[in-house]
Amino acid sequence: MAEGHSPLAQFEIKKLVDINIAGIDASFTNSSLFMVLTVATVTLFLVGGMRRSETVPGRWQSMAELSYIFIANMLKDTVGSEGRPYFPFIFTIFMFVLVGNMWGMMPYSFTFTSHIAVTFAMAFFIFIGVTLIAIAKHKLHFLAFFMPPGVPIVMAPLLVPIEIISYLSRPISLSVRLFANMLAGHTLLKVFAGFIISLGIAAGWLPFVFVVALTGLEFVIAFLQAFVFTILTCLYLNDALHLH
Amino acid sequence: MASDDDTSKAPPGDLDAFGQKLKKARETEESRRLWKSDVNKPPQTALGLAFRVSVELVSAVAVGFAIGWGLDYLLDTKPWLMVVFIVLGFAAGVMNVYRLASGMGNTMGYKKDDATGNEAPGTPEEGKDRRG
Repeated sequence: MAEGHSPLAQFEIKKLVDINIAGIDASFTNSSLFMVLTVATVTLFLVGGMRRSETVPGRWQSMAELSYIFIANMLKDTVGSEGRPYFPFIFTIFMFVLVGNMWGMMPYSFTFTSHIAVTFAMAFFIFIGVTLIAIAKHKLHFLAFFMPPGVPIVMAPLLVPIEIISYLSRPISLSVRLFANMLAGHTLLKVFAGFIISLGIAAGWLPFVFVVALTGLEFVIAFLQAFVFTILTCLYLNDALHLH
Repeated sequence: MASDDDTSKAPPGDLDAFGQKLKKARETEESRRLWKSDVNKPPQTALGLAFRVSVELVSAVAVGFAIGWGLDYLLDTKPWLMVVFIVLGFAAGVMNVYRLASGMGNTMGYKKDDATGNEAPGTPEEGKDRRG
């Protein structure tokens, strides 16, 4: 198959600027480009919105404040007031994933959240960070995490490994969910779009209707997955802060 | 500073009326749902739930496999620890799914999270305080 016609061609990493530091390939790729674009968009959106903070906010400021309140409420509902110091982190994750997903919805763009390398890196650092927070806060009591209360001690040799595996599977399920949703959605769009061409005028309108509907659905999924990623981070944080 | 075109048009008296209206609007069921949402449970479609359950199950088995394989490699006990840990991983996966299904927080923690559950005071008043 020719390049560009495969539904997976959109996920290809292309090097834009070759950078090689001590044998490590640190090239600036299209993935990096869209991450930079995402950060720039978020910064512009928030700094621009709050440039003149009015008592009665305008449209732009309202949107910036809405996103703030949305995450602040989410954090308060899931973690409580103890989660407040971690608000900047949670907010950054949400905006980064959301705007990255939204950039991915632009035609000819690249969706960096559709790469397991990106989502797993994020999930992995969240996992490490949350574990460190739990250890710092609870010291050795942290190990109680792996031993449910009220369980007879005889069961411990069986339960503790299971709990540890269950705990270690968190970053995987966190990252796979975001990555698989974005990958599947974008592939599906491309496949249906390909049908339009191959079916031509005669029946091409049918997949076209599907593509229009799927695009709408993809926008919902783009938001929902950013939301789910953030809320799971909040719940992990909640676990770390409030051990049973 | 405060000389935005849209806002300065309204006389100050109107602002109070607007405040009343805003407060009333925020107290309606609709906006309450929008603001508070049931954040503990992200909106779920049946497909989304099915997908989540499968990911939870498979990821635990994958972790079990990885641990078993790694320990085998270190201890030279191929393939016994891998077998044991895949079974344990499967058990962990089933437990993940059980926790997910029974709503005991999303796959972690052992208590039902009643502290953060239904009565969380997520009032939309926050933005107001912050600006002062």
